[in-house]
Order: sequence, then C-alpha cells, then structure tokens
Amino acid sequence: MFLHDIGIIPGGAKRSPPTSDKTAITNLSRRGFVVGSSLFVVSVTLVGCSSYEEPKIDPDAIDLPEAGPSPLTEVKGGDATPALWIAIEEDGAVKITCHRSEMGQQVWTAMAQIVADELEAEWDKVEIVQAEGHERYGDQNTDGSRSVRYNFHRLRIAGAAMKQMLTEAAAVYWKMEPSECSAAQGLVSNSKNSDTLSYGNLAKLAARLQVPQEADVTVKDPKDWRYINKEIPSLTIPRITRGEGTFGIDVDRPGMVYAVVARPPQLFGKTGAVRDASALAIPGVLQTVKLPDAKPPALFQPLGGVAIVATDTWAAIQGRNVLEVDWIDGPNASYDSGTFAEQMKQTARRSGTVRRKRGNVASDLANAAQTIEAEYYAPHLSQSPMEPPAATAEWDGEKLECWACVQDPQATRQTLSDLLKIDKENITVHATWLGGAFGRKSKPDFVVEAALIAKEVGKPVKVTWTREDEVRHGYYHSVSAQRLEAGLDTDGKCTSYLHRTVFPPIASTFVPGMDVPTDGEMGLGATDVPFAMPNLQVESGNAKGHVRIGWLRSVSNIYHAFAVQSFAAEMAHAAGKDQKDYLLELIGDARTIDPNAEGATYPNYDASLEEYPIETERLTNVVNRVSSMAKWGRKMPSGHGLGIAVHRSFLSYIATIVEVAVTPEGALTIPGVWLAVDSGTVINPRHARAQMEGGTIYGLSNALFGEITAKNGAVVQDNFPSWRVLRMGEAPKAFEVEIVKSNSAPAGVGEPATPPAAPALTNAIFNATGHRIRTLPIIGASGSRLTLPTEATAQVEE
Amino acid sequence: MTKTLNINGKDETVDAAPGTPLLWVLRDHLKMTGTKFGCGIAQCGACTVHVDGAPTRSCITAHDSLEGVKVTTIEGVTGSAADAIREVWVKNDVPQCGYCQSGQIMAATALLAENSNPSDEDIDAAMSGNICRCATYMSIRRAIKEAAG
Ligand code: FES
Ligand code: FES
Repeated sequence: MFLHDIGIIPGGAKRSPPTSDKTAITNLSRRGFVVGSSLFVVSVTLVGCSSYEEPKIDPDAIDLPEAGPSPLTEVKGGDATPALWIAIEEDGAVKITCHRSEMGQQVWTAMAQIVADELEAEWDKVEIVQAEGHERYGDQNTDGSRSVRYNFHRLRIAGAAMKQMLTEAAAVYWKMEPSECSAAQGLVSNSKNSDTLSYGNLAKLAARLQVPQEADVTVKDPKDWRYINKEIPSLTIPRITRGEGTFGIDVDRPGMVYAVVARPPQLFGKTGAVRDASALAIPGVLQTVKLPDAKPPALFQPLGGVAIVATDTWAAIQGRNVLEVDWIDGPNASYDSGTFAEQMKQTARRSGTVRRKRGNVASDLANAAQTIEAEYYAPHLSQSPMEPPAATAEWDGEKLECWACVQDPQATRQTLSDLLKIDKENITVHATWLGGAFGRKSKPDFVVEAALIAKEVGKPVKVTWTREDEVRHGYYHSVSAQRLEAGLDTDGKCTSYLHRTVFPPIASTFVPGMDVPTDGEMGLGATDVPFAMPNLQVESGNAKGHVRIGWLRSVSNIYHAFAVQSFAAEMAHAAGKDQKDYLLELIGDARTIDPNAEGATYPNYDASLEEYPIETERLTNVVNRVSSMAKWGRKMPSGHGLGIAVHRSFLSYIATIVEVAVTPEGALTIPGVWLAVDSGTVINPRHARAQMEGGTIYGLSNALFGEITAKNGAVVQDNFPSWRVLRMGEAPKAFEVEIVKSNSAPAGVGEPATPPAAPALTNAIFNATGHRIRTLPIIGASGSRLTLPTEATAQVEE
Repeated sequence: MTKTLNINGKDETVDAAPGTPLLWVLRDHLKMTGTKFGCGIAQCGACTVHVDGAPTRSCITAHDSLEGVKVTTIEGVTGSAADAIREVWVKNDVPQCGYCQSGQIMAATALLAENSNPSDEDIDAAMSGNICRCATYMSIRRAIKEAAG
C-alpha cells in the first residue's frame, strides 16, 4: 500500500518532485530499475525530457581516504551513527531499524517518520527492521511513553547525517562541491546539470565516507517536515488486515512443541507432589516439567509450578486440566484484599511521611472557615493485553534464542542470562509484534519459562498463557487508599490541602519487604500536584505487597488523578462553585512549579525540569480548550452531567470532559467525551488521537468495571466475565480530540490519556445525580447499573 | 483421526485429537496464525472465523464438527464486504496493536454482508462480542459506517 494510492501523502502531489523543474522526477518505482548484464542503469523519466540513464557507481573504483570512527556515538539520546539505524539497499529500499517494541502505539511508523524525513527518503521505499535486544541501541524499554522523547533528537541526527553523506557521495562522484549538490526524495541532484543519482546507487560509496560531527549536521526546520507531524498511515496496519505479521503467540519454529504451565495459586507458593499420569494420558501430551519454586523478591522470575508439554496448545491445556499438584502455601496465603483495604484506609487516617510541604497545613486546617475531607479507594487491576503473554525458546546446548512479545528485549536477555546462567553473548532475544502490552510485557517472566522448558525438553518450545493465567498470575496495578483534606476560607477559596496516599509500591516486587511508596510513584500525580493554595502537604503511608505489583498504563497516576481531581470537584461543590472555574482557581496563575523546592524528590519522568517544566499555563490552556469543545456550562437534560479533569503526566497535559446519562434505574451511558492534549511536538497526529481515545477508554473501563481481588493469597478473577472490560456497546457514543499545536519538545502520548478519564467520569456522575463515587470500580464485574442512593435517584428524576 | 476441512476454499487434512477446537487446529496444526486466541471461552471474539459465512467463535467450535462446511479465516476472506472493510480499516488506520482485529474484521464483514447500512445500534450489537483492549471502538464504528457509505 503506497501513500499516494490512498491520497494522503503529505503535500498532496503524488510523490512530489524535489526542488526544481530539471530534477522533477515523476516516476521512480522499484520496477523502474533496468538491470543490464554488464551495466546496471536506472531509467527514470524526466518531465519534458527524454529518458535519463543514471550511471551505475562502482564505489571501489573511487579513491577515498580511510574514514575514521563515527563521532555520533554519544549524541543526546545515544548512538546516532547512521549505519546503526539505516541500511539503503541497491534497489533503493530504505531499511530503518526500530529498537522499540511495536504494541499498537505505531512506534514503527513514528520512528520511520523521524528518520525518513531527515533522510529525505521516499516513504514507499521505507521498511522497518525490528532490532533484537542489544545494548548497542541504547534504552529499548518500551514503557513510560518515551520512545519518541528519548529518540527524536538522535534519529533526526542519524537521518540528516545519512542524507549529508549521500549528498557528499554524489559530489565525490560528480567531482563537485557538496554545496553544489542537494538531496530530496531519494535522489541527489546538482546545480550544474540535470543529472541525478539515486540513494540506492550512492549508498555503498556513502558508506565509505567519514560520518560528520554533530555540529556539522543540519536537521530540517520544522516547516520543511514532510513526514513528521503529518498523518502518515501506519506501516503495520495493511498487514494486520490480512492476518499477517507475527505476534509473540504466532511464532513457529521447526519441530516446536507447545506448553502451558500450572502455577501455584499464591505468589511464592511451592509445588509439592505432582501426579501427572492422567495428564500424560491425554492424546498429544508429551511430558511434564517441574519448574523451580519462586523465591522472594519476585523480580522477573517465573512463578514455579509444572509445565505440560504437548503437540498442540489445546492438548497442553487439556493435560493441565487433569494434572494433580499439591500446592504448598507460601508467605502470602493469608492475603485477603478486602481486609487489606481496611488496613490501608486506617493507615491513610494516620499521619504519614511528608513528601512535599508548603506553608503549614495543620494550623490552616484548624482555623479554616470550612473544612472538607474525603477518602478514596481503588483496587488492583490487570493489564490484560488482548494477546496474553507468550514466548518461544530454542536451546541448542550452547546458544539460546527466544522470540517473544516483550516490551524490553534487553531486560529479557539480562534476566535469561541471570536466571539460566547463560553468557549473554549466547542469548538472542527477538521482540515480535506485541498484541497490546500496557506494562504487562515489560516483565519477561514468561520468556524465562519458555527457556527453562526448552532446555529441559531439547526442542523449541512455545509457552502460551491462557487468559486465566494472565488474569490470575499477573503483575498487578497497585491497590490504593487515599485521604484528602482541605480548608476553605469564607469565599470558598482553598487555603490548605492535604493529600495522603497509601499503596504497596512496585519496588515491593524487587526489594524484599519494601513497603514505602517511592519518589517515582509519588511523582505520578501526588508530589507534582499543580495547585496554588498557600498551604499544601503531600504524605505517603506504607503498605506491603502480597501479589506481584507492576506497571500498568500510566501507573500511580491512575489512582492519584482519580483522588486529586475528584477532590477538586468536591471542593468546588463545598465552595458552591463551578467545577471548571474552581479547577482553574486551584491551578492559579501562569507559572512553573518545582516540587523539589518544597521538599519533594521529583523525578519528572527522568526529564530535567529545565527542558520539561511543569507549566500551569499549559494545564489552564487544555482546560479552556476542552471546555469550549464540550460547551461546558450548557444546559443538560435531566440525568445528564458533564465532568472535567485535568492532569499532567508523562510530560503531557490533558484535560478531559465526560458526559454521562444516567436513568432513574441507574443505567449509565456515555454520550460523549472531549479531550484536549498538549504533548509538545507530535510525530503523527492521527496516531496520537488513537492513543487519546484508547487511553481514555482504557481508563473508563478500569473505572467502571475493573477490579482484581484476592482471597487466601490467590486472585479471584479468571477471564473476561469476572475480569470485566469495556465493550463496543459501552464505549462513548462520540469522542472529540484536539491536539494543541506546539513546537515544544515531544512528550508522551501512550499513557497520559488514562489518568483523567476516571475522575472526569465520576465528576460527571456527580453532576448528573449528586452521587459522589469514591470507591472504584463504579459498576464492577457483575453489575449492570449504578447503585444510586435515594436522593440521587430523585435528582435524576427531576 | 484425520479429518478433511474446507478452509478458505482449500481442502486441508488435519490429524488432531477429537474435540480439538478449530482455533488450535488453525494455529498449531495448519500454522494459520491470523486467527487469534484471546479467552478460549467465547467471550472476546479474537478467534472469529466464518462458517458458511456466519461469524463463529473458533475457540469453542470442535474442528471435527466442521466436515462438509466452508470455513473462512482472515487470511482468506474475500468479497465486496471484506474488501470494503479492509479498505476503510487501512484508510482510517483503525487497528492499534492489531491483535483483536482479525476477529473485528471477520465480525464487521459478516455484519456488512447482512446489513449494508447498519445503524450505530446495529454496529454496537454486532460488535460487542469483540473486545479490543486498545479500545479502537470509536474507529471501528466510524469505519463501518464509512464502509456502508
Ligand atoms: S478466543 Fe474465542 S472468543 Fe475469545
Ligand atoms: S487493536 Fe489492540 S486489542 Fe484491538
């Protein structure tokens, strides 16, 4: 599928000509190459000219000084050496290496847009090569919404440097000055005659030239971008519509066998006696393999248990159904998430550890004209990407090769090396396409399972997690209990604000006994609160982890934004003011905020506050924009309400308005969602919009239905009926996104739409019904409607 | 016990245990991995194929019940409804990760073949069995309406 076939190549024209008439190439398709027996020539048609035959360059016939090492190995973001990222084939194919994992965020397309734009490659010549896991690429951990942010600069440099080298190669060949040559759309032309040389022809010669210094590389002025910030169609989607492309679960190797694993129901439970006779009697079941018990800390190790290996996945599942194992209770056997919730709420009622402080909250609260307080609770969640974890491993006695849907192939390789005691040089990890990930696939425990089993059975093995496995044995989004208090003056203005947050930290998965919320998690919506009141205090309370706690799309921002943005609306209500106006008042004047100046240790998503400050003006701007999109303040029909929330996360600023319609019986629908986002420079507005819709609905799904609970240490839910997710019929009826035009440094788009979704929804429900929801989920797995108190029902009926 | 199944117009001989769902016969035996596993219990629609044109959950359909019928998968689905759906899917970049999309396309194609002008309600009803965790629901709805023209 070529861009111009569907009429959306940027600039409108079909393969628009480069700079001047004399180089106006209208047709250079790969079929246009004419391969002769002795002389390889490229035939192209010039507008208004006769056929021009491009001479085939013999790079070895040209004397060049020996090039030194690349000076681009340490530019901002890492190695920008063109050869690491770009390979141009003789036929003109431009192969761009993508070192990040494709999981639907369209990172293949985004990386290609950046490189190809600076390179001046023709878009329909671009192909992606997925990098294996290797340090040479720098960070490959595809989470934190930072693929573009980390790589934008260095990939522009790599593309521009390559373009310069191709131009210089043409100058060498033509014996001209490089300044007399210029490159556009896969061709180098010159100012002296009408000759042109194609990239494919120049590539080998260019490869022998010295890579330029960063200071000598010129990137484009943004106004000259062809692909960046344009709605370039996805490089993966045409294949998806034909059922092509390889996800982790699709990998096939010669002689491969299939496995599923029976895991202990509790974290750190152990495998006792195993009776596998009935399992082995199932047709197709080949053998069982006992895996080592897991020991704290959880890290990325598998959970232990018993693998059933068979000739197909179904036989393995059937074998597991009749496998008998005596599980031995571990240290988490008494974990009950309901009891634990009460303990966490108690903790949130006691003073905690101060993590940010301005003024004196205690004395202001004691003297305030009005005080309000509220407690919020949000449960564990499962990432549940549509493709469950799956990995294939092949061991030849010395080398281990794995194919898997992993977000971080380097961490996967390191973990395999650590746990299987195999030298890293003997391990290859291929990242496949990921059928969604949402943080689950940044933990490579499932790849280790495949490797352990493959070593045991001596054949390539694919381990597939069933949905039940994925829901019951995950790395869960943390539970949280929070308490907020505020003091208002006689005008209803907030003068003091206390936020106390209690949750088992993700660090509990990595450090034994760790129960202190980390600075990183506190910086996801708690210590970075952008409010202006004179007295402010953020505290944390400790909580232990009893299941594996892990990252889930936008992480702690989910529960923090839920509490903070709900409480903002609660304050507005107490003050008798409009939610949106009050929100703007809380944010206050245009300024930048430095939580570190008020005692916080604030990581700012690993970015400096100089480059990515917290700018209240950008928050205010998205609030105002979304308010005009949704026509905030309009008269709503009975039972309808609008709710608003704004949140900065992953360095992006997003304001969301949700409209709900609630019937007197409590049936809830979402007639509309409006969202305004300021993510700085956006590589692909269309794909960013998709992330806004997807991230929001992911958040709405969690808020409405999502809840993972545990009894006796074991997760209760198992598949989509009990672990409920939002379906088409429950999706918003309309969804409008506005992307703020910005030349600021690029920020994240994959995660930041999720946090404001839940509070915008609960604030809307409050405005529709007068009913304030402080405990999630709103409806839950088995409910079909809101449970409204009588006063709320009365309001809906009015 | 070998069985002969007609898949995408081609007779395929398979040797799988009786009762093995079509999904695993397609994926593991015939190496046709376009049809996806999402839940195994007819809850998510990722495994949707057509059996004599009707959308069917291959994860709960025993392969040995399918002799003498025509099975169509994402790899082989053709015709004006399928062409229209594929075209709008590509034109609008409907998928995100794509994992649910084989099932979505099979369901949408069956809907469009039955009902050339579906309303939002028709779309919601026909597509609610297909979960998309990337939440491409808005794009799917827009695209089906566009395909219906
Ligand atoms: S895998 Fe068949 S419906 Fe989910
Ligand atoms: S596109 Fe990813 S699950 Fe639907």
